[in-house]
Amino acid sequence: MTETRIERHHYDVVVIGAGGAGLRAAIEARLAGKKTAIISKSLFGKAHTVMAEGGAAAAMGNVNSRDNWQVHFRDTMRGGKFLNNFRMAELHAKESPQRIWELETYGALFDRTKDGKISQRNFGGHEYPRLAHVGDRTGLELIRTLQQKIVSLQQEDKREFGDYEARIRVFSETTITELLLDNDRVAGAFGYYRESGEFILFEAPAVVLATGGVGRSYKVTSNSWEYTGDGHALALRAGATLINMEFLQFHPTGMVWPPSVKGILVTESVRGDGGVLKNSEGKRFMFDYVPDVFRKQYADNEAEADRWYKDPDNNRRPPELLPRDEVARAINSEVKAGRGTPAGGVFLDIASRLPAEEIRRRLPSMYHQFKELADVDITKEPMEVGPTCHYVMGGVEVDPDSGAAYGTVRGLFAAGEVSGGMHGSNRLGGNSLSDLLVFGKRAGGHAASYADQLTARPAVSVAAVEAAVETALAPLQRDTGESPYTLQQDLQAVMGDLVGIIRREGELVDALARLAELRERVAKVSAAGGRRYNPGWHLALDLRNMLVVSECTAKAALERQESRGGHTREDHPAMDPKWRRVNLVCSLDGDTVRLTHKPLPKMRPELISLFDRAELAKYLTDEELAEFDALTEGER
Amino acid sequence: MGTDNTQATGKPGTKRPFRIWRGDENGGELRDYTVEVNEGEVVLDVIHRLQATDAPDLACRWNCKAGKCGSCSMEINGKPRLSCMTRMSTFEEGETVTVTPLRTFPVIRDLVTDVSFNYEKARETPAFAPPADVAPGDYRMQQVDVERSQEFRKCIECFLCQNVCHVIRDHEENKQAFSGPRFFIRAAELDMHPLDAKTDRKEYAQSEMGLGFCNITKCCTEVCPEHIKITDNGIIPMKERVVDRRYDPLVWLGSKIFRRGQVPQTSVTSGHSGGAVTAPAAHGGVHSHAGGSHDTAAERQAQQGVNWHREVPHPTAPAVDVNGKLPLTELTFDRAAAPSPFGDDVTFPLPPEHLNFAHPQQDEPKH
Repeated sequence: MTETRIERHHYDVVVIGAGGAGLRAAIEARLAGKKTAIISKSLFGKAHTVMAEGGAAAAMGNVNSRDNWQVHFRDTMRGGKFLNNFRMAELHAKESPQRIWELETYGALFDRTKDGKISQRNFGGHEYPRLAHVGDRTGLELIRTLQQKIVSLQQEDKREFGDYEARIRVFSETTITELLLDNDRVAGAFGYYRESGEFILFEAPAVVLATGGVGRSYKVTSNSWEYTGDGHALALRAGATLINMEFLQFHPTGMVWPPSVKGILVTESVRGDGGVLKNSEGKRFMFDYVPDVFRKQYADNEAEADRWYKDPDNNRRPPELLPRDEVARAINSEVKAGRGTPAGGVFLDIASRLPAEEIRRRLPSMYHQFKELADVDITKEPMEVGPTCHYVMGGVEVDPDSGAAYGTVRGLFAAGEVSGGMHGSNRLGGNSLSDLLVFGKRAGGHAASYADQLTARPAVSVAAVEAAVETALAPLQRDTGESPYTLQQDLQAVMGDLVGIIRREGELVDALARLAELRERVAKVSAAGGRRYNPGWHLALDLRNMLVVSECTAKAALERQESRGGHTREDHPAMDPKWRRVNLVCSLDGDTVRLTHKPLPKMRPELISLFDRAELAKYLTDEELAEFDALTEGER
Repeated sequence: MGTDNTQATGKPGTKRPFRIWRGDENGGELRDYTVEVNEGEVVLDVIHRLQATDAPDLACRWNCKAGKCGSCSMEINGKPRLSCMTRMSTFEEGETVTVTPLRTFPVIRDLVTDVSFNYEKARETPAFAPPADVAPGDYRMQQVDVERSQEFRKCIECFLCQNVCHVIRDHEENKQAFSGPRFFIRAAELDMHPLDAKTDRKEYAQSEMGLGFCNITKCCTEVCPEHIKITDNGIIPMKERVVDRRYDPLVWLGSKIFRRGQVPQTSVTSGHSGGAVTAPAAHGGVHSHAGGSHDTAAERQAQQGVNWHREVPHPTAPAVDVNGKLPLTELTFDRAAAPSPFGDDVTFPLPPEHLNFAHPQQDEPKH
């Protein structure tokens, strides 16, 4: 360890992650006058946020003036099956319009309504048209706008201090491997430049995690390589806690074939515009999977379903338009029953349903995407689709107002996909982009004020840095271990097959045993080559994070004996009001994941009164309902 | 439980020859690999398989693998491409696929280049200036007005246009004064933004970003994976309107003498600069993108300042096909490498008298 060169930096706030949440947090910290660093695992502006297509949900009421934050709040709680942290859902619904309007002052150009306001589109689960959008590239617009706002702040600093990087600097292609603590306080972060393999140490009293999700632990995923759960794992190791880790959103229709587009989403509008799901026997199977609670709204025969597209008022909806989790489960069952395609999916057929011209007109980007990426002509042949891992609802347990992590650590904040609670057991489409902005701003602002009120800076200990260096270099110094690529494939197989969309007790127990085995193997992983831009080494270091987060997911999935949103237990198929009152909290005890039960915070009276009793009855325990009745009694 | 990550579906994979550049700033070589290729794969899939098998430390950037992030830019058989959008089915069976890093930027390792040039230029481009008297939430714009800027905001910053632009591709020395197509469309986007409060975007692009260097060979448009009409909708309107807005009396006089489109492209800040003079290009000329006329006397004269009465040599136009496009697309070009943007007959370094553009700041006093 004697010869290791480490570049040192001092900042007030270090933001790990340069997607929507990270950039918004950094902007806020810098606006509060703090010296801010942004750590980006890839190049600046490439973050996974660019993949978001649909839009950003905000109750601006531009298209339907009846929309307001209360309606948005209700939709969000419903979508999350009432497991959401109500305070986060409330803040999100209240503040997202301002966050969107603010983007316009940074230069964003959303699609417009006729009267020149921001246009809003319909989306699953949202009562009114609510998603601000730019065609189907809203995520790109968001990231580019924030990126350009940061540049404009740098230009201000250049004018004032003569240096672009005087108060805000982007460290691109830099990975953080360890958070450093001074007792229970965050003191800094340690990592490496991907380009050179050189180490870098940030001394900073406040760290904001905005690292996104965990999808890379799954075989079929719409997530990029960066999604290795770094923030989740860093938080755990620093003494913070994770909640809701059993809840993963699988999008029902990701491409499974050809390999060039595996995991890529086929938008819900394909089904909305007439696309139907068929198994390998050519049967339109969704009619067999309409749950009893939905029978009233969904057609039970093809003739009625087909009439719905033209006359939705007098016919019931086609079953292809059931909620995401229902469709995903149905596809999964067909494949498990041996009626899937060779690549393990089912057919999504729009080609035989609409004239080619019409398909190209209604779904231009889908048509072009598959034509260009895969040479699949969706006007001529059916697509092969299956559930793809899309989003993790779970994440760092945070204080709803400030984004400060719970647990034993202080000075750690989290925002965006890496934080938990906001979306409960299931996220609504469009709520993610607004989540990034609302809680990114909050986390950045509170990190700045936390740094302000400290009397003394926490100190980084030399021993901790030496340990971090040793851990980081270990895979390069071993040549006896396995390849990180093999280990990742094995991890993906365990998670995809045993902790996937449908879960069973036996499989989850098996998964935990296999993960324990993998842990031994990952501890001995070796990476060939040197330190300069060596993807094998990078993956070897990421594996450790993927593994511990996977353990949290598997443990929590085994513990929660019910099915709710993004967690489906075949052996406990129903939703159980008792489980709604429980958050499963993961923490790290030495090396092992510890799981505890924690009661969900209780909704404030004026918020719970926004719901009908009939609706609440589906979710609440009798005890809670009695309380609700007493409350409404008092109002009358 | 699944046994294999690479499911055998459809036809079994075939072994295909690949040549990949391996090395760093100290030099490197094209190394041969034989890799399994399955039906429906793209070049990036094959690179990933190589990483998982023969070359675990092969460096390559990628993120979304869906043509949306612009990370995996490289040169495939000499053509600048996104590797996630280059299907293996576009190559002949048995054809060697050669993959090299972007040529315009310094190599870091293997297929990864140092693209910081682009981020520096981004930082130098003045940001959106919000209108002072419009509160957040009160912005009103018509769809038809935002659409022009939205086209440019589709840019995924893959930097293929920067890579292919001949002004900097083999001319390190031009990098300082030239921002490149990516940032010309950024300037155009802000210029066309209905509410941007800064009014001198075009003039700035001309005087500070080196817009005048561009002689519209459209290579950038050819390689754009988002199909943004960089030249037609971005650069050319910027150039035209720089001319429109000219207030300098000398230039005003010039605009009376020359027909539109023939007016010298000079920098706003130096009214008498000996800029590149664009004249209607003779179609089907010698293939030489730089447009050097090889008439040294005329070129020398052109360097010395604007001579309003002189017939300036026409820049030679690139050899375009019947559709008016360069033979740069993979299907139409006749050899397995990108053409030299200066024409295959030109040797480097180019003698200064053969250059037909002038540095936008050449007439400013040296500090």
